[in-house]
Amino acid sequence: MTTPHGEYEGAPRRTAVSRVVGFLGSSIVQVLLVCIGLFWLMPTLGLFVTSLRSPQDNAASGWWTTLQEPAQLTLENYASLLDNPSFVASFFNTILITVPSTLIIVAIASLAAYAFAWLEFPGRDWLFLLVVGLLVVPLQVALIPIAQIYGGAGIYGSILGVVLFHVGFGLPFAIFLLRNFFAAIPRDLLEAARMDGGKEHTIFRRVILPLGGPAIASLTIFQFLWVWNDLLVALVFADAQAQPMTVALQSEMRQFGANLDVISAGAFLSMVVPLVVFFAFQRYFVQGVMAGSVK
Amino acid sequence: MTETGGTTPPATPDASEGAAAGDGTTAPGGTGRLGPPSWLALVFLLPALLFLGAYLVYPILFSAYRSLWDASGTEFVGLDNYLKMFTTPSTFVALRNNVIWVVVAPIVVTIAGLIFAVLTERIRWSTAFKIVIFMPMAISFLASGVIFRLVYEQDPERGLANAVITTVQDTVSAAAAYPDANPRPGAPLAEASGGGYESTEEVSPGETVFLPLVGVQADELPEGAEPAAEAAVGGQDELTGTVWLDFTRGGGGEEGAMDPEELGLPGLEVQAVRDGEVVATAFTENDGTFLLEDVGGGQYTIRLAADNFTEPYRGVTWLGPTLITPAIIGAYLWVWAGFAMVLIAAGLAAIPREALEAARVDGATEWQVFRRVTVPLLSPVLLVVFVTLMIYVLKIFDLVLVIAPGSVQADANVLALQMWRVSFGGGNDQGMGSALAVFLLVLVVPAMIFQIRRFRQESQ
Repeated sequence: MTTPHGEYEGAPRRTAVSRVVGFLGSSIVQVLLVCIGLFWLMPTLGLFVTSLRSPQDNAASGWWTTLQEPAQLTLENYASLLDNPSFVASFFNTILITVPSTLIIVAIASLAAYAFAWLEFPGRDWLFLLVVGLLVVPLQVALIPIAQIYGGAGIYGSILGVVLFHVGFGLPFAIFLLRNFFAAIPRDLLEAARMDGGKEHTIFRRVILPLGGPAIASLTIFQFLWVWNDLLVALVFADAQAQPMTVALQSEMRQFGANLDVISAGAFLSMVVPLVVFFAFQRYFVQGVMAGSVK
Repeated sequence: MTETGGTTPPATPDASEGAAAGDGTTAPGGTGRLGPPSWLALVFLLPALLFLGAYLVYPILFSAYRSLWDASGTEFVGLDNYLKMFTTPSTFVALRNNVIWVVVAPIVVTIAGLIFAVLTERIRWSTAFKIVIFMPMAISFLASGVIFRLVYEQDPERGLANAVITTVQDTVSAAAAYPDANPRPGAPLAEASGGGYESTEEVSPGETVFLPLVGVQADELPEGAEPAAEAAVGGQDELTGTVWLDFTRGGGGEEGAMDPEELGLPGLEVQAVRDGEVVATAFTENDGTFLLEDVGGGQYTIRLAADNFTEPYRGVTWLGPTLITPAIIGAYLWVWAGFAMVLIAAGLAAIPREALEAARVDGATEWQVFRRVTVPLLSPVLLVVFVTLMIYVLKIFDLVLVIAPGSVQADANVLALQMWRVSFGGGNDQGMGSALAVFLLVLVVPAMIFQIRRFRQESQ
């Protein structure tokens, strides 16, 4: 790019011009990106503002009119939602489903991933390929068979059934993610620990788990959000007492206009935890999602 | 855990690394591999295998078997359920929509992700932008669905999409102010052939016409409306008059006369017509008066233009039967663009700078560099993004269930939704449900093979 000899007079001028063009281009790009960003934020903002307006105001005018009349804002919808025992129950159901299933998945998957990465046994590679293949199985396949089993076992409709289903369907991805990370741990570290006479469970606890921290964090956050946001599994397997927020809100959708106060406030409440988790652990979540490409 | 581990040297990573290096020098070649017995692996694997067997392997086999039986599971029907899948209209719509989804959605999302990734590449605040675009990935499809149900509301007073569209439309062509207005019965006005109303009697310049209308609600009147006034008599080549709302609230008032409480209708387009041709046009003032200038001699009909009375544009019916699938794909784009963008951005960052610089030095334009160098080098990443999206799109369920109102859900149907409806959402035909589930699984098999091959290539 640079011309050491003064012969090419055109070259520096071209860089000056291209710098101007580049500057203009980059400011156009920046303006464009700001617009796209606002465009992306607008729908969520709309839900949030809607949830802060009374049903009468929402029926009469669009949420954006609040910009002119901020006095419309009210916490009424949230107050009445939190007074509603069945919604509060569904919030706790979401937690009761999400936390145990995430913990169980992480525990079982780390054990299995360790075996796949560092233990020798016949058929290991073949078995792991099976796990890779199971990554993409649509969970629709399991709805009817598992519903029958649950019916027989008497856990159809219970929180336990929902939790176990999430564990089952979360495992292929969890094992895949952790195994790939564990396999990248330097062999020397494990060999050394083994030579020092460490038992496998000690190595697992003292070497793998600490070193696998980032991957486990990614998996935990990804699974947590995945289960928290699930609708289908709970729709099929949870009864009225066990239903999480997503199912409770879905049942209100039939009367969207009339129930907008409940729906908007409820939907926003259901988003708060995922958004906090997302902003707090953004890097881990993104890694988890990326690891899930071609799931 | 690391704290307790700190007491024994090999536990902390740093310490054990040191130990490993030391051992490596004393025992080269790694001859002393201390392999644990393979039964131990089974202990580690057992819980996972139990779950995988119960929730994945067994259900696949059972669903395949169950799909060959009828709704209640008592009669063996062979492949009938699969045949019915293609011949039942409701399932066929689901199938057709799934094809649209799988073809359109991954392409749109991948292209959007590519554009965003390229645009943000040299922007300093790109992280902020990426967080904003990626954020929808963190929230549920249910919440996204609620968000977009709101965006797509038909009423421009409530739905953002139509509010924007009608606003743009209104600035391009001004909206009619009085869609429901009509002449007071007995008024000298008749419906014009091309729409709108015209005076039943012809007038000549210098005369004044008074045109009473009714059917306008008080809150539909423009803010500036003033009490109607009788227009002054115009000059030799002028026509004047008043158009007003001949209605006194609370009763009273004389029909056909401008009572003190009655308001003029501002902003109406008034035309002077001679022999079917518009000679002059004017708009009424706030008090309803108008003045048509430069009309020349002759007889005229005064016409209130059709534009004054057409229904205002109400926006697009997003949630109607025709647009419902594209509308939901739009919401899907909103959710998934961040995913594509981040993966592609990672791929972009891995492209060697030299390749791009070399092309630029050779005189290639930025577009050529993008088209001939960047995209080919990115193609493996683009393929992964595309295939991943296809797998997710095949199983699309929540967004359709939430966004499509009950009345158009049949038009928006997709396979996963139909599977749920048939077997749980009221249908109770688990034979058909199983067949649909197995069909979904079969559709995913190519992606499964792609995934396994990619994995084997990577591990070699």
